[in-house]
Amino acid sequence: MGRKLLLEKAHVENIRLYDVYRREGGYRSVEKALKTMAPDAVTEEVKKSGLRGRGGAGFPAGMKWSFLAKPEGVPRYLVVNADESEPGTFKDRYLMEFLPHLLIEGMIVSSYALGSNNSYIYIRGEYAWIVDILEQAITEAKQNGWLGKNILGSGFDCDIHVQRGAGAYICGEETALIESLEGKRGNPRIKPPFPAVKGVWGCPTVVNNVETIAAVVPIINEGGDEYAKIGVGKSTGTKLISACGNINKPGVYEIDMTISVEDFIYSDEWCGGIANGKKLKACIPGGSSVPILPANLLLKTAKGETRYMNYESLSDGGFASGSMMGSGGFIVLDEDQCIVRNTYSLARFYRHESCGQCSPCREGTGWMEKILWRLENGEGKMSDIDLLWDIQRKIEGNTICPLGDAAAWPVAAAIRHFRDEFEWHVSHAQEAQIRNFGLGHYADEIHVPVSA
Amino acid sequence: MIQFNEQQMAEFNRLVARYPEGKQKSALLPALHLAQDTFGGWLSSETMDYVASLLKIEPIEVYEVATFYSMYNLKPVGKYLFEVCQTGPCMLNGSDNIIDYIKETLGIKVGETTADGMFTLKTVECLGACGYAPMMQMGKTYREHLTKEKVDAIIAECRNNAVVNN
Repeated sequence: MGRKLLLEKAHVENIRLYDVYRREGGYRSVEKALKTMAPDAVTEEVKKSGLRGRGGAGFPAGMKWSFLAKPEGVPRYLVVNADESEPGTFKDRYLMEFLPHLLIEGMIVSSYALGSNNSYIYIRGEYAWIVDILEQAITEAKQNGWLGKNILGSGFDCDIHVQRGAGAYICGEETALIESLEGKRGNPRIKPPFPAVKGVWGCPTVVNNVETIAAVVPIINEGGDEYAKIGVGKSTGTKLISACGNINKPGVYEIDMTISVEDFIYSDEWCGGIANGKKLKACIPGGSSVPILPANLLLKTAKGETRYMNYESLSDGGFASGSMMGSGGFIVLDEDQCIVRNTYSLARFYRHESCGQCSPCREGTGWMEKILWRLENGEGKMSDIDLLWDIQRKIEGNTICPLGDAAAWPVAAAIRHFRDEFEWHVSHAQEAQIRNFGLGHYADEIHVPVSA
Repeated sequence: MIQFNEQQMAEFNRLVARYPEGKQKSALLPALHLAQDTFGGWLSSETMDYVASLLKIEPIEVYEVATFYSMYNLKPVGKYLFEVCQTGPCMLNGSDNIIDYIKETLGIKVGETTADGMFTLKTVECLGACGYAPMMQMGKTYREHLTKEKVDAIIAECRNNAVVNN
């Protein structure tokens, strides 16, 4: 049983309300930070904690904060990225829906560290009811003196505003999010300048994921060193994993990053095994953008070692035989699922979400979708598989923002690990219309040569 | 001519007040949501021009935003809009069957509205409810763990509400 730092109180009745949240120890980190710590000391604790950005990139949060430019007389901004749109990911929604005050508390402390007097939550437009929950929490926090002017007599002023997006995956990319916050199309900006220097309205800006900012609360309460003791290596603290697909217990789980992937899937504490007594075929462990792995490479690395639920272990083997922690969107596919169909569905998603700014992504995502549709519907050619490979290679790395990579990787990994299933869709085009390829050899144990 | 009433105008002013002086364009996305909710569930050019005039920006600045984001409807929709997720995790849990069932039950294709103007069916990409798949958005709410029975119940509920509210 791992430690819970974020969701510990999620099941306390009415924890959504201020009085209950406060009674359960809420807002202590604001008292501690504003009364006893200098802003830089807060940043220092976050650095010590080893907290990595929880949105997907895993960049050290304290380091990101330390890059923030602080020119005299120019306002600085904290913007929380609540544009959760990566397929398979629904952890921030859970956190905001059930523990809105945890996010507000983390934002006040973080705003203090960064010197942001007006901080924003940019939330995906579809989470409309959560906007009400957050605004209610902000009102309560303000009524109780945690927001507004001269908070706790510290001389620090802070207000929090919620802005709804309007349906665009790309706005999860931080510069697209900033454009959108300014009332424009979500076209990512060319970097540099980075938001830390020139962000929203041309001012220095830090954009952090919801979970990242929530994690600042336990870091300040317990100290960065204590936080860093949880987990393993550079995967410190706890991580929210949203598990979905063909499992018995889909949901949001807080894990410390020491458990194995096998335990996470099969233990009743987490996913509870594959649904309907089926076998595990494949998994996308960190949101739709990260490489899909067949069962055998998911549970064990290519070296035959146990794979764990943390940043390092999930990426062990690089893209050749590993994947990524990403956003923690854990998508499980059982033996009845078709990899070609799944890849087609994701390719359609990326085509739909490409902002259209860079031609490799705009043209490439649509082309990949068409070819995958052909393959899935019995009209594919053998050469299509190599063509797909070629297209994704030409998108990757050739776009302003990482959406191009995110669209390329799922296709690349599917072909890399499941090529025989793609070929079967061509060689058995008729049969592929009535039945699925099945488990194949994807769960077979991989022979690891004994090193001399 | 269309116009926000007093209460809607107050809400509009609250939205604009969140941003620094002179940065009122930042309120465009929330203002378009408000306008869409107010003026029949979609954004006509008249509505978009009205929002442009309120924010003191050019109409083109509104059009380019309205056409970029999937939540803005650029043509009229039914009283109830079913937006069914079809991305990866929902697909793994049978969203295609749900979409087919809604099409069959309402007698419309994706993107169409029923003749009585009651229902519009759209497919959308990931709504962040993957653990509760298959699902759809209806207005401000998510309807999750959809089954054929649940779809029937939702349609009945909508028809019932429409009668009660008329």
